[in-house]
Amino acid sequence: MAVVFEKPKALANVPLHYCPGCTHGIAHRLVAQALDALDCADNTIGVAPVGCAVFAYDYFNCDMQEAAHGRAPAVATGIKRVCPESVVFTYQGDGDLAAIGLAEITSAAMRGENITVIFINNAIYGMTGGQMAPTTLVGQKATTAPYGRQLVGQGSPIRVSEMIATLDGATYVERVSLHDAANVNRAKRAVEKAFRRQIEKKGFSMVEILSTCPTNWGLSPVEALNYIIKEQMLPVYPLGVLKEE
Amino acid sequence: MAKVLMKGNEAIAEAAITAGCRHYFGYPITPQNEIPEYMARRMPQVNGTFVQAESEIAAINMVYGAAGAGARVMTSSSSPGISLKQEGLSYIAGAEIPCVVVNMVRGGPGLGSIQPAQSDYYQATRGGGHGDYRMIVLTPASVQEAVEMTVQAFDLADKYRMTVMLLGDGMIGQIMEPVDLDAVKTLMAPAVEKPWATTGMKNHPGRNVVNSLYIQPDVLEKVNERLEAKYREVEREVAAHEEMMMEDAQIVLAAFGTTARICKSAVRMARAKGIKAGLIRPKTVWPFPYAAFEKAAEQAQSILCVEMNMGQMIDDVRIAAAGRCPVSFYGRSGGMVPTPEEIVAAIEKAVK
Ligand SMILES: Cc1ncc(C[n+]2csc(CCOP(=O)(O)OP(=O)(O)O)c2C)c(N)n1
Repeated sequence: MAVVFEKPKALANVPLHYCPGCTHGIAHRLVAQALDALDCADNTIGVAPVGCAVFAYDYFNCDMQEAAHGRAPAVATGIKRVCPESVVFTYQGDGDLAAIGLAEITSAAMRGENITVIFINNAIYGMTGGQMAPTTLVGQKATTAPYGRQLVGQGSPIRVSEMIATLDGATYVERVSLHDAANVNRAKRAVEKAFRRQIEKKGFSMVEILSTCPTNWGLSPVEALNYIIKEQMLPVYPLGVLKEE
Repeated sequence: MAKVLMKGNEAIAEAAITAGCRHYFGYPITPQNEIPEYMARRMPQVNGTFVQAESEIAAINMVYGAAGAGARVMTSSSSPGISLKQEGLSYIAGAEIPCVVVNMVRGGPGLGSIQPAQSDYYQATRGGGHGDYRMIVLTPASVQEAVEMTVQAFDLADKYRMTVMLLGDGMIGQIMEPVDLDAVKTLMAPAVEKPWATTGMKNHPGRNVVNSLYIQPDVLEKVNERLEAKYREVEREVAAHEEMMMEDAQIVLAAFGTTARICKSAVRMARAKGIKAGLIRPKTVWPFPYAAFEKAAEQAQSILCVEMNMGQMIDDVRIAAAGRCPVSFYGRSGGMVPTPEEIVAAIEKAVK
């Protein structure tokens, strides 16, 4: 019998702690599949964020470091400078990367660190219970935006990928989504490309992945995929390659 | 090699390279700019890495990553920058990563001044970051001692898997003195294996994880107990001090770093006036050489603590003296440096 699908070897054989319907699990699988495809897990050091993916250090079959909130790109810089021949990646949420860690991600991209950044944009702070993120949509409710995010005083969402793409040091930036199978496949190709480019020493690569947080959005998993990502997020966060050099 | 005349900051940077440090991450701040500038020049010559980070926060997290991957790593800063590094120092302590941090203290609080001060004693010895943790804190009083302590700092860091801070001040950083850098090579301990480092699984058995998160409280409590046992061991093995004219001292000066140097002059001047003065100079302020001060408190009439701050180390001196003799204080702050004459006047007041 032909094997159609297998759990990637680079994904540890432990139950993930994510809520039902959360797409962090899919994103983890895509990273692990890329490490398998490039046969590089034994030469990879990942950096886990502070956020729902904080336990990512237990989920990948490779060496891992757990960073302070937002600091993963700085930690990855340190690792990469010591191990330039290793594959180094960060896996960060939108609070981690787009709020508290904005300086670290921007500067790592500016320096052209040859690392891969997997950026999970679920438009909310999942781990701490659904507070507003810089990526939260205007009008979207969060526990710290109980009336919905207000344009005046809270501003409109930050598009980090577009910002990062303006930096010469960033050579590959793509935004993908996990809201249906076709898009998951596209995301898979993007993640693998981001890692492959690092191995080819092509410089800083980042893949932004639009993700769900059904628990904090207060929606069923299917509603979350359809309603929020497809109808609400895509117009604000258009998919596609923002930069490839 | 003969002795060469070097600025404290540059001598420390070169000593770090001698100690095998090939990765330096920093951010400019006076009065320690010569360290990043020297590293920017020297690291490429020794196949090392210099990164000017976007902030002290980033710099200390680069240290975390690089030292977590097993390298000998250093960063340096001065007071406001060291405040920003506290988050990283706490994570480094939790993850038990060895690293060396130089702090050329300047006057505070806030933006303060750029002149020498010792007002970050509490921050260095009590921990400015969160959680139950310690750093080894070495306090050089000359450029030669600074280079020796730099080498020692890397060895201690690796041995105990913890941060070692070189606590200087603007004076130690900026002063030019003759140093013998060859001599420090003989002080180096054999390299320590780092089987825990994240270098990729092909380089070690199993999977290595550098982490400070222990979500189960009972597990974290065990970690804290293990750390505490390590810190007790460091207290026994690492505490160091120097004594001057202590045999018959009736008034004992307590001072570290730059202030201790000035106190040495003051002790000689007081002796010339017939006052039996002596000095205890902690070379480590964590662990603090309590035993030396316990003994002094038995023998002397009083202890005079002299610092370039409003009175911080005096807390440790009082803990040691435990009421056995009076402990008084003389200090200058804000970047002001006490003169020997001022200290002699304080001695005369204390013995009256
Ligand atoms: C310095 C610091 N500030 C705040 C927190 C609390 N905190 C933990 S996770 C988190 C938000 C994470 O949100 P995000 O990065 O969007 O990831 P998600 O949980 O949604 O995957 C915050 C604020 C922390 N751990 N450290």
